[in-house]
Amino acid sequence: MDELMLDGNAVAGLLQEVFAVETTTANGTCNACGATNPVGALHVFRGAGVVMRCPDCDEVIVTIVRDDTRVWIGFAGVRMLQVTVEVPPPGPTRS
Amino acid sequence: MVDVVAETPRVKTVAFDVASWAGHRPGQHVDVRLTAEDGYQAQRSYSIASAPDGTRIELTVERLEDGEVSPYLTDELRPGDRIELRGPIGGYFVWEPSQDGPVLLVGGGSGVVPLMAMIRARAAAASRTDTRLLFSSRSWEDVIYRDELERLSGHGLRVVHTLTRSQPPAWTGYARRLDEEMLAEVGPSPAERPRIYVCGPTPFVEAAATALVQLGHEPHRVKTERFGSTGG
Repeated sequence: MDELMLDGNAVAGLLQEVFAVETTTANGTCNACGATNPVGALHVFRGAGVVMRCPDCDEVIVTIVRDDTRVWIGFAGVRMLQVTVEVPPPGPTRS
Repeated sequence: MVDVVAETPRVKTVAFDVASWAGHRPGQHVDVRLTAEDGYQAQRSYSIASAPDGTRIELTVERLEDGEVSPYLTDELRPGDRIELRGPIGGYFVWEPSQDGPVLLVGGGSGVVPLMAMIRARAAAASRTDTRLLFSSRSWEDVIYRDELERLSGHGLRVVHTLTRSQPPAWTGYARRLDEEMLAEVGPSPAERPRIYVCGPTPFVEAAATALVQLGHEPHRVKTERFGSTGG
């Protein structure tokens, strides 16, 4: 076991900077083994950047590197990402 | 920052008033960013300890001797000081009183903080959801929120302590690291399909999550939040 391992939750703030939606509840399907897990349940390893791995098969799912002005996000192992979107409440529409 | 309260010799709760705070859900965290005069930045995540309460939020912080952020928060910060907070963050490690139970919360040391937000929100909503907290601390003096947990017990909330390093005289509770047998005794059983939240240092979370799955709990019902072994 790696004592520095974290959960997807740990990079929620970083992802929130880039994406407009809350990402830890999004479900990602691993391209290697086909397992589907919430982003919050992925295993996270921090070094110079962040590596997110599949909790089932340990393959790399997402890599994130950032500097002061840019973020590089690699989706090397994502087959599918399922994101819940907010449905606007029913009611009169503005025109 | 508005006030600070000592919880244990190494842990303090720091309260902030955040004018633009839009509310949070129990279990969410904030990122705290400190910037030195030369531009050097350090950022850490801290779980919110308080139940949703207007623009006030409380962070409970364990002081790590070689930490970059925690000694500042626990020792340097004074009422009226301003810091940079981003949040609320996260939606995965969240429980709200509107969700059903039973609920099993497993905390190691300051891993109890997001679990306490859930327990406080549960109390604020007068929920009677079957909720059990198994809380591992080094000693009785190190038990964070000790008196409040005792006060909130009952009405469906059961708090079970294990003290891993030293115990008070005549202690009859658990006095060892968390294991499968302990988790089975505290329950609820896998057949009751509890929602399970485990938070603490990485080795603690790893041991607890493995034991829970061994007992027969479905892996996707065991939500974890690991601290790592450094940080602060």
